[in-house]
Amino acid sequence: MIPLYWFLAFSIALFCIGLFGVLARKNAVAMLMGIELMLNAVNINLIAFWRYFFASSPQMDPTRPLAFVAIVFVAAAAEAAVGLALIISVYRRRQTVVAEDMNLLKG
Amino acid sequence: MILQIFFIIIAVVTLVSAIFVVTARRLMHSALWLVLALFGVAVVFAFLEASFFAVVQVLVYIGAIAILIIFAVMLTRGIMDEKGPQLNRGWWVSGVASAALFAGLLAALGTWAGFQTGPGTAPDPAILPQFGVDLVDPNKFAIPFEVASILLLAALVGAIYIAADKKGGKG
Repeated sequence: MIPLYWFLAFSIALFCIGLFGVLARKNAVAMLMGIELMLNAVNINLIAFWRYFFASSPQMDPTRPLAFVAIVFVAAAAEAAVGLALIISVYRRRQTVVAEDMNLLKG
Repeated sequence: MILQIFFIIIAVVTLVSAIFVVTARRLMHSALWLVLALFGVAVVFAFLEASFFAVVQVLVYIGAIAILIIFAVMLTRGIMDEKGPQLNRGWWVSGVASAALFAGLLAALGTWAGFQTGPGTAPDPAILPQFGVDLVDPNKFAIPFEVASILLLAALVGAIYIAADKKGGKG
């Protein structure tokens, strides 16, 4: 069978790739894609722990981790909707999607 | 054994497409690689016998979020397609930081006692209907469920308000 740490190592790798995307990409839409990868890594972690520790032990309330995962899904959907709306708004006003150029609040 | 080989194939495909997501020059290619990476994650959910979330992953991430991102890519196209570098000047610092975080987390994982935990028995199929009941049970997750729905509603209203063309014209 597949040991737990395979899933955890996979999710760590996915998280770090997403982190690199957020930090290194210029384009704000590409940064959002990195955030989606990171959120997916978090969900893999949560479901892996649910499967290995909670699913087969009734005294540990097996539905509780699933509620966490559902909330993460909802938060990711809300984040994508608001983030893309912000990017489109900035694009309309300033004709740019480069994060470095969004410096209106810079002192 | 066959399961492990299959998992390794899926993991490699997902990670390689994730790397293409963050390095592809054209943003549209990034978005399409993102779809493949999200699909790989859905397969991993299926490996973990979370069938409901595998389906939700395909519906919500590939069906909604990835399509939303592709729309945003098309709406903002022509600004930085293939002109100049796609990465920041100090991108290698980000790479070193990400690699250091990866190594640190792996090392921390190696020292953990539950490192080699096996999967145990398969989850009870009755968990899924129980989860549906618990989501609307006032003693369980009814309040998080309602808060999540209000969060979604507020996010959608806010997104429409932010992205709306209030002046009319020129946009």
